[in-house]
Amino acid sequence: MRKAFVNQLVEEAKHNDKIFLLTGDLGFHALEPFIEAYPDRFLNCGINEQAMIGLAAGLAMGGFNVYIYSIANFPSLRCIEQIRNDVAYPKLNVKIVSVGVGFAYSALGASHQATEDMGMMRAIPNMVICTPCDPSETTQIIAMSAKYDGPMYLRLGKAREKEVFEKVDEFEIGDFHAYQESDTPNALFVSGSIADYAVNWIKENQISTAIYSVPFVKPINQSQLKEIITRHSNIVVLEEHQLSCGLGSAIVEQANDMFANGMIPEYPKIHRIGIHDLFLHVCGTTPSLREKAFLTLDKGLFV
Amino acid sequence: MNSVELAKKIRLVTAEMVYKASASHIGGALSMADILAVLYADVLQFDPNNPSDDNRDRFILSKGHTCASYYATLGIMGYFPMSYLDGFAQEGSLLLEHTSHYVPGVELSTGSLGHGLPVGCGIAYGAKKLHKNYRTYVIVGDGDMEEGSNWEALLLGAQLKLDNLCLIIDYNKIQCFGRTNEIINLEPFKEKLDAFNWNCIELDGHDHDALRNAFKEAEQTKGKPTVILANTIKAKGWKSMEDTLFSHYHSPNDEEYKQLMEDLSK
Repeated sequence: MRKAFVNQLVEEAKHNDKIFLLTGDLGFHALEPFIEAYPDRFLNCGINEQAMIGLAAGLAMGGFNVYIYSIANFPSLRCIEQIRNDVAYPKLNVKIVSVGVGFAYSALGASHQATEDMGMMRAIPNMVICTPCDPSETTQIIAMSAKYDGPMYLRLGKAREKEVFEKVDEFEIGDFHAYQESDTPNALFVSGSIADYAVNWIKENQISTAIYSVPFVKPINQSQLKEIITRHSNIVVLEEHQLSCGLGSAIVEQANDMFANGMIPEYPKIHRIGIHDLFLHVCGTTPSLREKAFLTLDKGLFV
Repeated sequence: MNSVELAKKIRLVTAEMVYKASASHIGGALSMADILAVLYADVLQFDPNNPSDDNRDRFILSKGHTCASYYATLGIMGYFPMSYLDGFAQEGSLLLEHTSHYVPGVELSTGSLGHGLPVGCGIAYGAKKLHKNYRTYVIVGDGDMEEGSNWEALLLGAQLKLDNLCLIIDYNKIQCFGRTNEIINLEPFKEKLDAFNWNCIELDGHDHDALRNAFKEAEQTKGKPTVILANTIKAKGWKSMEDTLFSHYHSPNDEEYKQLMEDLSK
């Protein structure tokens, strides 16, 4: 996904001379296409994320569309107050790109596992949050982000992710990305690179279900959600993030509010699959850590 | 209005605002009043009728809790009618007790310390990238300089050779719980700033000529940013409160206000 990000950013920068890329000394063997094409619009800030966010805010105040590249929790939790006060409050044009979220940096330990970042960002006003599921979706979303004037948090996988979903026509910020329709009560919502596992599992187990990629955890297209949960009464949400504050939470909150406000006549069953308030402290591959964190689908979830 | 007259007026207006609002932080608002006066009388390029003029110099107050004297300065300079200042810390007013970018003339909201300098670095770096001539000025407090983010920004500012950036440290040497050197000792302060490869000028932060000369030197210095280490006196001008911790919190009562206005009118 990082390759898809860099390649699309290079494309966008061809016709947008305000695009600027900062890194906190990460992205070796990833950012080179941009650095070589636009050396004057790239800066390695060194390992100082708090100052880097401030620097990005200052650049955005001068009219730049600033992308910040780093990994896992470094451009998010490490500098969350700078993001809130200096970027989100004045609604500046800063895009924070975190690569390798969830358990992508599996054996590097809890410090490198971004499993709470979405919750932190969700709470901040003016912030758009997006977790694409595959390289194509990443490409589309980076193109979308380049046109968007405001703060965004883009959670990406790492490298060599497979294409999961067929490319769809351009969609809007907040939209669900329908992969498979179904007449059954089942609908699976999945966010991020764990979508690959989910789609394969559904195929292998021959489950009849609608499948949606939900790249945006904030905002969520309410009318689309309403339409989906009116059609489907059994929703399964799978994400690589803490259960307390991620996509599942966002869906439940929205559904709850719609039900409370009388927008939907019945409340659907919503099964949330996410990390149960724990850190992992053992080595393992990404799939094995996902299993250890109970990020697995089960036939019992579907009707 | 020359800088001395402006400083006097800033102090009088600030005292009135803080008294009426029963607000805190008059000590730090008064300690930086001379720096504000010299900046706005003699240094900054700005047009109060066009606060977003692209060529304006950028000013950031990082120690946002002392915004009373900053707001007073903006009012005196004509960014808004002086009556607007009556709203300071009042219900429904935009004049919060920490600097807000919703106030005309303000670039950045601050309040949490350690934010002004990193953003100032970004503005100055952006100006260089855009080949713009405007300069960026940031006032920080000494307590502010205990934040790690400021030292990150000192590293960045030197690395990027931001000679269009000038940092002013309002070194009044008192913070929330007492003397700065007893809480987190910043000394040897000038040596540290020199070692971070900034052009460091130490001076009396109430000496207008010294300040003017330092700002001139900052403009002429090439290849590195300038930091003015301004030795100041907390609550400067309020005789009975000068250099006291109490002035960090205390708002003048009726009797004290009378004396304060007398002190400041001299």
